[in-house]
Amino acid sequence: MTTTTAGVIFVLSLVVALVAIYKPFGDYMYRVVSGTRQSRVERGIYRLVGVNPAAEQSWGVYARSVLAFSVASLLFLYLLQRVQDKLWLSLGFDPVVPHGAWNTAVSFVTNTNWQSYSGESTMGHLVQMAGLAVQNFVSAAVGIAVAIALVRGFARHRTEQLGNFWVDLTRITLRILLPVAVLGAFALMLGGVVQNLSGGTDVTTLTGGTQTITGGPVASQEVIKELGTNGGGFYNVNSAHPFENPTSWTNWIEIFLILMIPFSLPRVFGRMVGQNRQGYAIAAVMAILALASVTLTNVFELSGHGTVPQAVGAALEGKEVRFDVSNSATFAAATTLTSTGAVDSFHDSFTALGGMMPLVNMMLGEVAPGGVGAGLYGLLILAVITVFVAGLMVGRTPEYLGKKISAREIKFASMYFLITPALVLIGTAAAFATGNNATALNVGPHGLSEVLYAFTSASNNNGSAFAGITVNTTWWDTALGLCMLLGRFLPIIFVLALAGSLARQQPTPASEGTLPTHRPLFVGMVVGVTVVLVALTFLPALALGPLAEGL
Amino acid sequence: MRLPSWIAQHLAALRAVLVFTVLLGIAYPLAMVAVGRIPGLDGRADGSLISVDGRTVGSSLIGQSFTDADGNPIARYFQSRPSAAGDGYDPTSTSASNLGPESVVDTLATDPEESSQSLLTQVCARSKAVGELDGVDGSRPFCTPDGVGAVLAVFRADGLTGPVTRVVSVNQVAPATPFVSTYEGTRVELAEPGHDYVAEGGNITPIRGDAPAEPAVPADAVTASGSGLDPHISPAYADLQVNRVARERGADPAAVRRMVEEHTTGRALGFMGGRGVNVLELNLALDREFPAR
Repeated sequence: MTTTTAGVIFVLSLVVALVAIYKPFGDYMYRVVSGTRQSRVERGIYRLVGVNPAAEQSWGVYARSVLAFSVASLLFLYLLQRVQDKLWLSLGFDPVVPHGAWNTAVSFVTNTNWQSYSGESTMGHLVQMAGLAVQNFVSAAVGIAVAIALVRGFARHRTEQLGNFWVDLTRITLRILLPVAVLGAFALMLGGVVQNLSGGTDVTTLTGGTQTITGGPVASQEVIKELGTNGGGFYNVNSAHPFENPTSWTNWIEIFLILMIPFSLPRVFGRMVGQNRQGYAIAAVMAILALASVTLTNVFELSGHGTVPQAVGAALEGKEVRFDVSNSATFAAATTLTSTGAVDSFHDSFTALGGMMPLVNMMLGEVAPGGVGAGLYGLLILAVITVFVAGLMVGRTPEYLGKKISAREIKFASMYFLITPALVLIGTAAAFATGNNATALNVGPHGLSEVLYAFTSASNNNGSAFAGITVNTTWWDTALGLCMLLGRFLPIIFVLALAGSLARQQPTPASEGTLPTHRPLFVGMVVGVTVVLVALTFLPALALGPLAEGL
Repeated sequence: MRLPSWIAQHLAALRAVLVFTVLLGIAYPLAMVAVGRIPGLDGRADGSLISVDGRTVGSSLIGQSFTDADGNPIARYFQSRPSAAGDGYDPTSTSASNLGPESVVDTLATDPEESSQSLLTQVCARSKAVGELDGVDGSRPFCTPDGVGAVLAVFRADGLTGPVTRVVSVNQVAPATPFVSTYEGTRVELAEPGHDYVAEGGNITPIRGDAPAEPAVPADAVTASGSGLDPHISPAYADLQVNRVARERGADPAAVRRMVEEHTTGRALGFMGGRGVNVLELNLALDREFPAR
């Protein structure tokens, strides 16, 4: 079997698996978020937290709960890092420096998992499992909860109520994330992913040298890092590390875990609005964009253009033998099409155009299929913009799922869309204006790509990097921390405001002039709007970086 | 006393963080650690350590360097890939090189400490070294015969256009010989340390040369992995090393080749990933079968 054939089958097998779980897993998630019966554990949690699970919240209260929970998480995680030397399992590491602790706390609370630190030499086991991994769960649950609140806005009429954040958070964590994590961690351990509390084993190698074989609760963190589209590795080299991703089949599982929730959420959307075909339409948009991106990334990487790849004979720098070029490219596409940012190969050393694809994927707003929850609400915003554009063309008030998209709604949607490009472009410009771009490892267009990638990744809450750049300075930690924070919570506020505004409306019955939003025509229009918006926004920046390098 | 609602809400949030920390940050990972103690799984959960005569020598998942104290390859062992993790294969300092596809100009400072090699020169130097060690042609496209990147800075009268006024081979310094003597009729000079020929206006022009498109030294032998801990090499790179290892150990090359095949992992289910040879396990097996004389 040729390398290309194997790579194609690898992608197809993922497609088949995702199609197979779409209905059952989507339906299961639908029952979790719409069910009202609470288990004993859940009732215990509500009592401990002190909330009434039966009380529903308006969009404002829901948003304040999200923010309050995130602020508390941020402070807790910051403190945990600052005092880690006084706690158990610190492995003798010093407290994390203030700007690093701020950056990391923001990074994990915002589901970004940008890493300005090196895991194996900075974070003790307790911070990893009781700090970082906890946020891997709950930041993912927050994203899903917000998406569900937006869908409730479409599904409900003449109400202020969007559900209860604490209930959503708890049910999503306990009934969706935790069970899959337990199964996934077991599978990864079978493959050889480490799970112990060892501080490391010193060994004498065959040639008489010494090597420290590291330990740690890796499997339990690895699985939720992928499942929650977080991406923060236990180790510096993330999923390229043999202890995080030991075999080609654990690599398959990790890509599958990354994609399973985001690709199944449209089913939940379809069920909640009472029309499964609306879910299929959204899933189709995601699938078209994702397949195009995966294909292009593979083509660029396998073709191996560029001076060094041609000298080598393949784009193998920064890639593992067990994953080879194609599967590494597929992982790179999956991790940036979602908001994951885990890597099993190093994007900085990709071919110029192959390395541009992860950048473009993030610039798409991570909607194909996007981060858990964030992808669904991002794509629904784009669908709202699409019906608005379509309405402009025929000159009538646009509507989506029986809800009128008036000036108020379109303002929220536009604000949502504008935030990340503003953060990315202003941040990149600021880095060059202040000379902080000098920490890039590479020079010329590739140096610009490293800076652009850093801000794109932070603002879109991805977390992957063109990792040559040095970002553990005060300026970079602060700037990227702000981008992550604003890039996460401003959009969430606009999404919830939009949800509140939609839920208040009474439904408009569909008429002859209504644009059907489940047909191929609409799917094509959403794809078109997404690509055009991104091209208009980012083409100049791309032309200076990867395009200048690769063409 | 009733707290204002905005404080009450933050207290609820804080309590929620603590509850989830206990549940997801303590109970869940420790439960998984307990699962990892199941006989049969415990070895893997502990890092797939390998012992020889009761002494732990490494992990079957983590690559090692098979070099002497000076970093020179030990000829009786199969060699691993280049590594960017610390001084090579250091699990406490994992890293990739992160150099880009057009990293082709070395930084040649007057102080060698501040000099750094481009990715292209690293590739060329490794290819040359492996070629010499294993007795094959180490030449590659875009590489000079002396094992650095074949790259010219071409100065033209009008910047990007016009007649060529000066040409420098940017990665070669004295006493080297320029890999081409002339370029478009202009004599090629050697580089001088301390110069930045890009800043001085030179157009960077990599020269392909006439090396075969498929060099004798395989791709994985000249590139660093993503983790810096890659336990595998490609079957092609293992094959290249068979004769040397067999000679050093006084073994039959066919027997060594058979052992390579035994330690080759195919693609999982026939289509996942790439084929690889586990270097540490192979070398351990060789030490058992054909101990060094």
